Amino acid sequence: MRHIFKWLAASALSLAAVTGAQAQTAPKAITIATEGAYAPWNFTGPDGKAAGFEVDLAKDLCARMKIECTIVIQDWDGLIPALTVGKFDVIMASMFITDKRLEVIDFSRPYAIDPSSFAVAKTSALAKSGLGGKFDLNKEGEAQASIDKIKPLVKGQTIGVQAATTNQQFLKKYFDGVVDIREYKTTEQHDLDLAAGRVDGLFAQQTSLAATLAKPEYAEFEIAGPGFLGGVFGRGTGAGFRKTDTALRDQFNAAIGEAIADGTIKRLSEQWLKSDVTPPQ
Amino acid sequence: MDIAFFQDVFLRLLGGVPLTLQLAGISLSIGFVLAVVLAIALHNASPLVVLPLRGYVALFRGTPLLVQIFLIYYGLGQFRPSLQAMGVWWLFREPYWCVILALTLNTAAYGAEILRGGLQSVPAGQIEAALACGMSRGLLYRRIVLPLAFRQALPAYGNEIILMVKGTSLASIVTLLEVTGIAHQIISQTYRAIEVFICAGAIYLILNFAITRALAWLEHRLSPHLRPPPAARSATQKGEAA
Repeated sequence: MRHIFKWLAASALSLAAVTGAQAQTAPKAITIATEGAYAPWNFTGPDGKAAGFEVDLAKDLCARMKIECTIVIQDWDGLIPALTVGKFDVIMASMFITDKRLEVIDFSRPYAIDPSSFAVAKTSALAKSGLGGKFDLNKEGEAQASIDKIKPLVKGQTIGVQAATTNQQFLKKYFDGVVDIREYKTTEQHDLDLAAGRVDGLFAQQTSLAATLAKPEYAEFEIAGPGFLGGVFGRGTGAGFRKTDTALRDQFNAAIGEAIADGTIKRLSEQWLKSDVTPPQ
Repeated sequence: MDIAFFQDVFLRLLGGVPLTLQLAGISLSIGFVLAVVLAIALHNASPLVVLPLRGYVALFRGTPLLVQIFLIYYGLGQFRPSLQAMGVWWLFREPYWCVILALTLNTAAYGAEILRGGLQSVPAGQIEAALACGMSRGLLYRRIVLPLAFRQALPAYGNEIILMVKGTSLASIVTLLEVTGIAHQIISQTYRAIEVFICAGAIYLILNFAITRALAWLEHRLSPHLRPPPAARSATQKGEAA
């Protein structure tokens, strides 16, 4: 009897050693999760499969790394919890790299940088103001001046934003009490409510807004005011990893570097997002 | 375990309790009135009236509450011009009223079936006795049929009340910040789903515990016929003592 226990303990130890060793090198097959409801970055196609900029980019990166990838769809607010408990290995869901998220998970280098803006009716005060440009929230003076100019133009309006996003954090930090912030689970839902007239405007990434406003029922709306980046928006959009998967993250960093260098990200983003979101090398 | 975090989360979630209770309270009150009317109609009316009512009950009992809230909020939102023409857009514009409407229609459908069961269980002898005393139809329902039916239906209706309190958690999908909505918000800020949902679950448990106690008290009050009368009880107690 005692022999059996010793043998079991020994084999358990050696098994742990083997799996421990495997964790040092990146795995051969991984599962990548995306939200599937954030067109054109990632969305669920008519065939039920994920499609979009990030899905094509994920396939390209996997081919570069020679890793077999399965892409799954997971609700936005469950992405980080599910990653940490090991339901999948990577998040590529237009997720901004922020300090808050970095406390829980790890990120690759950014593969895209896309400013956020308001979308409002063409007849609204903000749309008529002619404000524009791009502001980095890390340069506080300039950004605050621009925000102060916007405040009176949107005062008292209801603004839809996706919950648990940096866009929501931005509104909460700079427009709390100025606008009535209404939080939605997906951007598709706040789009519907903009068309239905339940909200006066939206706050989201410019590329996502541009895709929505291209549809005929949004003809009376436009992206207005300046675009914001940096600060609460973090350091651009990156792929998320468990903190322990450092080898996998490093492989992704190398592959993203190559994709930036050879113009793949520029080509894919122009194809899907109608604008170039390539981050600096 | 992080007690301070639990405490903070619990206090923030308590902020959503008034809305949760409002949604459940209003929809259950209106739903109950509707359910009584529906149950009486289902029990008595001509097939011409009963058939469409059956259709409504089948529709709302046969589809998930989540789908109903979604269709009423986002689905009807697509028909804004016609709703505006009818002058009811103010109602459908607000997520609050959309959820109340969905919950009310849902609970009325379930309640109608529960109360119909209660009505059917009223013994024919009691009705005949009332009629023999010369009671009018209205008086018969008020004095005999409805009280008996309510008493019979109470345990099942209590179940429905608890289900509705939990059903309000779906209001968060149309941007309302009741207990579950606030829980989602906290999770999005802290990414600590397990602790937050434990707190949210505890709040629903406390609410429903209070409701089950109230229902048990009501059931006790309504069923003196199942217990020996006080006189008999004190007599047996004396007998045992002697």
